Amino acid sequence: MKLDLLSSLYVFMLAAFIGFEVIRRVSPLLHTPLMSLTNALDAIAVVGAIILAGEHKSNLAAILGTIAIVAATSNVVGGFIITDRMLRMFKSSGPKKS
Amino acid sequence: MNNFAGADTLIEICYFIATALFILSLKWLSSPATARRGVLAGEIGMALAIGGTLLHHGIVDYKWVVIALVLGTIIGVPLGNVQMTAVPQRTALSHAFGALCVTLVGTAEFYLRAPDIPPFMMTVLSMEVILGSLTFTGSLMAAGKLQEILPQRPITYKGQNFVNLALLGSAVVIAGILVAHPEQMRLFPALIIVPLIFGVMLIIPIGGADMPTVISLLNSYAGLSAAAMGFVLNSKLLVIAGALDGSSGFILSVIMSKAMNRSFTNVLFGGFGQIQTTAAAAKEERPVRSATPEEAAGILASASKVVVVPGYGMAVAQAQHKVRELYDSLTKRGVDVTFGIHPVAGRMPGHMNVLLAEADIPYDKLLEMDVINGELPQTDVALIIGANDVTNPAARTDQGSPIYGMPILDVDKARTVMVIKRSMAAGFAGIDNPLYYLDKTLMLFGDAKNFVGNIVRELSGSDGHG
Repeated sequence: MKLDLLSSLYVFMLAAFIGFEVIRRVSPLLHTPLMSLTNALDAIAVVGAIILAGEHKSNLAAILGTIAIVAATSNVVGGFIITDRMLRMFKSSGPKKS
Repeated sequence: MNNFAGADTLIEICYFIATALFILSLKWLSSPATARRGVLAGEIGMALAIGGTLLHHGIVDYKWVVIALVLGTIIGVPLGNVQMTAVPQRTALSHAFGALCVTLVGTAEFYLRAPDIPPFMMTVLSMEVILGSLTFTGSLMAAGKLQEILPQRPITYKGQNFVNLALLGSAVVIAGILVAHPEQMRLFPALIIVPLIFGVMLIIPIGGADMPTVISLLNSYAGLSAAAMGFVLNSKLLVIAGALDGSSGFILSVIMSKAMNRSFTNVLFGGFGQIQTTAAAAKEERPVRSATPEEAAGILASASKVVVVPGYGMAVAQAQHKVRELYDSLTKRGVDVTFGIHPVAGRMPGHMNVLLAEADIPYDKLLEMDVINGELPQTDVALIIGANDVTNPAARTDQGSPIYGMPILDVDKARTVMVIKRSMAAGFAGIDNPLYYLDKTLMLFGDAKNFVGNIVRELSGSDGHG
């Protein structure tokens, strides 16, 4: 268990560095879609909730897990839809005449 | 047994690919040309991760999982289709949902595992629950303020910082006791309730213009709490997704605070509220020059370079489509029109860009502060629509000003400045804007949408003059 936590700590550190480097390059133009996209990706927490609700180890865990799935899924679905809607709107003046 | 091992390997492969896709997704978001591919990568990654999880051999009951997935989708679809002006509150609401999920899972995990929780595990579990619950109520408060269900003005009271620090401190103490004695299960509800209250108290003193920083900060907390959940569940996928979200929120908060020349602590504990009263009281009546839509149209038509500076006022008035008509009309006459976007214009990072993109203004006309400040001295007209503090030259010159040192758009360097504004009322910070009293400044009083519409009508009526 202790080793798991330690290796998670290494993973966290590396991922945070990758996050900094990748996200620093995102143009300020796209900061709103960035936030909604990371929000949708963050809702990957749904996998934890699915296992909790599905394993049904206790009633409490199953109920909390079920509510958690609803909350996270709405973020996944809503987050991806709105990010794509926003990105579709960004058009360059280059190819198409305005 | 063999079957289980096979399924487990498949699940791990799904998670592994999903992780790579998430990183690629953010990488592709770096430019508008590849950004939509980024969303697709994220979607495929998410589908793989959820699909893989459903194969998990421990899952005995699919009924509620499926019902919950469907219900979440039913809620998610309208949340993904809100109006573009409602994006800030939608974002705040989704931070709240994310935090809710993390808090609920953390709570369930505690009661499943207690009382045998090793100290290190209990530490991350506490972090998960504390960050999750304070982000939940904090984001709900932020969403309420943005939706104007709650008062947007900062509410401050004596001893506010003490109360907040005491709340946070007691949450940490409770966590400490639980780390040492995880069998004290009665204490656990307090580990949720205290941060829930703290989240409310934290956002009460935050004003509308601080929202970009606060939303970014809540974004970061939501990510960190999800990463903590990854530690608890030993899910590398979750740790990585949480770390990416956390660092994204953190970077945005840093950018936002820098753009306001304020530190995090100042945003969270300072509050412009106190300054508001004193600065407003010291205001005196000074003459300003105002102009009609015809006069404004005439000046704009004879300009060769115009820079439009939008602010939250444009969003409130829903004026972006009229602004686009103005852009078309001027561009047709050969006027070079660009937009100067301050990082904290609006209520969340990138807010103005999304609204202008929605109105079909090409994104290569939307320029960042550093770029546009280089062009403003050669600009004939700077047209300010619903922005105030981000154009206030006092930030450069007046050391006594509360916003002194904040980087601004140097609109006062343009040959003529036009400001569309409802009235002479001071902006969010309650600070008078010396820009309005310059000889080169023309005040255009009225609703942004109507006024821009009137200018457009004048321009199309006077075709051929130029």
